[in-house]
Amino acid sequence: MAYSDSARAAYNSDLEAIREAGLFKEERYIRSPQAASIEVEYPAGAPGRTVINFCANNYLGLSSHPDVVAAAREGLADRGYGMSSVRFICGTQDNHRRLEERLTSFLGTEDTLLFPSCLDANAGVFEAILGEQDVMIADRLVHASIVDGMRLCAAVRDTYKHASLSHLEEKLQEHQDKRRRLVITDGVFSMDGDLAPLAGIVELAEKYDAMVFVDESHASGFIGRTGRGTHEHCGVLGRVDIITTTLGKALGGASGGCVSGRREIVELCRQRARPYLFSNTVAPVIVSGALKVMDLVQASTERRDKLEANTRFWRAGLERIGLDIKAGESPIVPVMLYNARLAQDVARDLYDEGIYAVGFFFPVVAKGQARIRTQLSAAHETEHLERGLAAFERVGRKYGILGKNKDEIKDMYGL
Amino acid sequence: MDELKKAILDYVTHEYLDDDGGETITADTQLISSGIVDSFSMVSLKRFLEKKYGINIPDRDASPEAFDTVNRIAALVERLRKGN
Repeated sequence: MAYSDSARAAYNSDLEAIREAGLFKEERYIRSPQAASIEVEYPAGAPGRTVINFCANNYLGLSSHPDVVAAAREGLADRGYGMSSVRFICGTQDNHRRLEERLTSFLGTEDTLLFPSCLDANAGVFEAILGEQDVMIADRLVHASIVDGMRLCAAVRDTYKHASLSHLEEKLQEHQDKRRRLVITDGVFSMDGDLAPLAGIVELAEKYDAMVFVDESHASGFIGRTGRGTHEHCGVLGRVDIITTTLGKALGGASGGCVSGRREIVELCRQRARPYLFSNTVAPVIVSGALKVMDLVQASTERRDKLEANTRFWRAGLERIGLDIKAGESPIVPVMLYNARLAQDVARDLYDEGIYAVGFFFPVVAKGQARIRTQLSAAHETEHLERGLAAFERVGRKYGILGKNKDEIKDMYGL
Repeated sequence: MDELKKAILDYVTHEYLDDDGGETITADTQLISSGIVDSFSMVSLKRFLEKKYGINIPDRDASPEAFDTVNRIAALVERLRKGN
């Protein structure tokens, strides 16, 4: 038998180590469409219960929007279920190209190429356009998929302190001897919810002859006055060379991603990016749904405006009841608890109160920085938010952390 | 503390700690296992050591264990310098 007893024992030992470290991940089965209020079966086999969802990336509330569902249904009937081919053989429909053009127009770029996911876009883009004479300089908190993509690329790798323009400038000076420089950042950072200082980054890049890459997965559709992203918010539309983003969060939430940016860079991805070349792209049904999403997002700012209002209400409410939150303006609102065990206990008690929010701790975030990450949606109504705040207040009181700052929580629970 | 350790400590402090000065480290502070330096950001430290001390650190030596404290890094540099 090829799968030996020793291999089984070794893998079981690895799994046990993950459990002992408190890092074992379990799925919760959701029995309803994605929404502000969902029916969850947890643990597996338990009766379903309805909870308010504060941990989805469903920022615009479009995941189950009736118009999007209807468009997907029409697309399924009209263009079929699958393509059974990669793009460049016989896997490209006219609708794929239409969606790419809509994304180009929305993001304010020159061209766009769809990928099966944004993880795939990030895995493929660097290798396609950079070689060993070049350098990639990334913010230290970029998403894991960017780290993976950089590891697949032969260019020199370097990093700068999170959001530090002075450290980035030092790095750009240090790497002036390279052929090309690429500064890499997330637009909105997924764990802290803070925005990259993109205006400063673009200025430095122009000063030191570097290109700029931004992953807009937690921004596209709602950051900026018309929701085009961090580059709109920071006033640098048209000055970012490469944007990657996802259709799996605000823009319908199904799956798919893209590389959007300078025409030649996008074309090189079409020629060289391995996740594009060797995998089917986004299924026709998702393309049809995403085209409707683009209609909705470009027709009105109503949903991103409601998300912004919900975010303000939620942030003000958490502060009023005395919880320690990360300051910012994005709909990612971390409630800081610092201690990993406390974060897990609070998340469990919130769930018992009918509030679904997840605790994050080392190694997902730095040691001593454990938190509950809450995420707002345009699908939340004021009643959802008020119930969420009431639950946070009850649970916060139980653990004695209301009105307490980091040092006081640290004194009570340790780090 | 000898000059080698001090140079490494200064580099690590400048390169990896927040600019607010709220955190300090010693030659025994765990860097990798504490999360101060992650394996992804470790490349700049490796490049600094190779350039400053004229050594080549093979991948098999650039392990998280060997880079976990300033003392261990200094020992690695000493060994590779002698080897050269």
